[in-house]
Amino acid sequence: MNINQIKELKVGERIFLSGVIYTARDQAHKRLVESIKKGKKLPFDLKDAIIYYCGPTKTPKGKIIGACGPTTSSRMDEFTPALLKAGLKGMIGKGARSKEAVAAIKKYKGIYLLAYAGCGALVSKFVLKATPVAYKDLGPEAILKLQVKDLPLIVGIDSYGRSIYVKK
Amino acid sequence: MRMISAAKIKQTVAKLCIQANLELRTDVLSSLKSAYAKEKNKRAKDILGAIIKNARIAYDEKLAICQDTGMPIVFIDLGQGVRVVGDLKSAINKGIELGYKSAALRNSIVGDPLNRVSSKFSPAAIHFDIAKGNRIKITVLPKGFGCENKSQLKMFKPTAKIDEIKKFIVDSVKAAGPDACPPYVVGVGIGGTADYASLLAKKALLRKQGLSPKGTVHVLERQLLSMINKLNIGPMGLGGKATALAVNIETYPTHIAGLPVAVNISCHALRSASAIL
Repeated sequence: MNINQIKELKVGERIFLSGVIYTARDQAHKRLVESIKKGKKLPFDLKDAIIYYCGPTKTPKGKIIGACGPTTSSRMDEFTPALLKAGLKGMIGKGARSKEAVAAIKKYKGIYLLAYAGCGALVSKFVLKATPVAYKDLGPEAILKLQVKDLPLIVGIDSYGRSIYVKK
Repeated sequence: MRMISAAKIKQTVAKLCIQANLELRTDVLSSLKSAYAKEKNKRAKDILGAIIKNARIAYDEKLAICQDTGMPIVFIDLGQGVRVVGDLKSAINKGIELGYKSAALRNSIVGDPLNRVSSKFSPAAIHFDIAKGNRIKITVLPKGFGCENKSQLKMFKPTAKIDEIKKFIVDSVKAAGPDACPPYVVGVGIGGTADYASLLAKKALLRKQGLSPKGTVHVLERQLLSMINKLNIGPMGLGGKATALAVNIETYPTHIAGLPVAVNISCHALRSASAIL
């Protein structure tokens, strides 16, 4: 996803995403940010990348991936500014974000997208390929590279820092 | 004494884990369908449609309804006339492992809550109760932590007004907001002790929807549901009528000095399965 595409997206808009996203949740976030602080090389290129807050089930026989819906995004808020600063562009999850996370999204011109929450079986149908990338020891929290096609999403916070959850 | 082998219990628990995680409870599905029919907000209706479709895909393709296959909670109502031959607790946990493994569910349990290394399928949180008769009832409730994290407990004064209690319950749902996968089923435990109220709130989630007890509790449930559904949280927290599908309250006698109230929220994927041996 490039910066021009992101700038065009408006809060509340429905989009269909095709491309590469990386799963990462609590423990993976902790490790990524520790690596950034120590100046270590990251397991994947964060530049313009999209992270999906997701820990799938085991993969059933004959399937590309198991159920793989979004997890609660707010638990990742404390790590978000550091990742955006390091080049991250997009995040996919569910639920509201902290003030600090929203401010960082605005500052670094990022984007926060919502996936169908609690619909892991449905979301799995949009995944074409899943490849392990790093932190295999974390089990369901390992980082996977997912190739997705037409993944239905809603813009939760746009690059201007406008949030879908702000009360009118 | 009626003998039941631990091996039989292991197999039953395994079967219930799979059933609960792959097949959405029919009463929950009915509530979702009725919420879909009533919903006027276009986006909310679309999301409810996706939730119903998700349940269908999970059932047809033997996929977990949600990737968070929960911390398994097991309720055992053990008839006094039953003797379990073998190690009951170990049979339950082995059954969990067998069921979760064979259906490719998620190993969401960390062996140590502080150092958090390596994910496992078990142990379950197990609640034993003694019942009359010579049967054993086993219930498996896989509870996702998106919603479990929103649990609340408050020890009210015995002179608290009912409106204060209502406010606490509605505020608990407000605090969960969009995060815990609404529309919710709100489990409430009133009375007992701090631990007992929490258990009642969890058990309230097992009650089949539409089967509310008559009397004051029923009235309170209706009032709370209507208050909660005016919050405009809606599916995914993006607005709409369907913030909760049901409010289920369980009560128990308590002490003259207190009034414990616990809230245990379930996401829309309220999963449980039972068997009687």
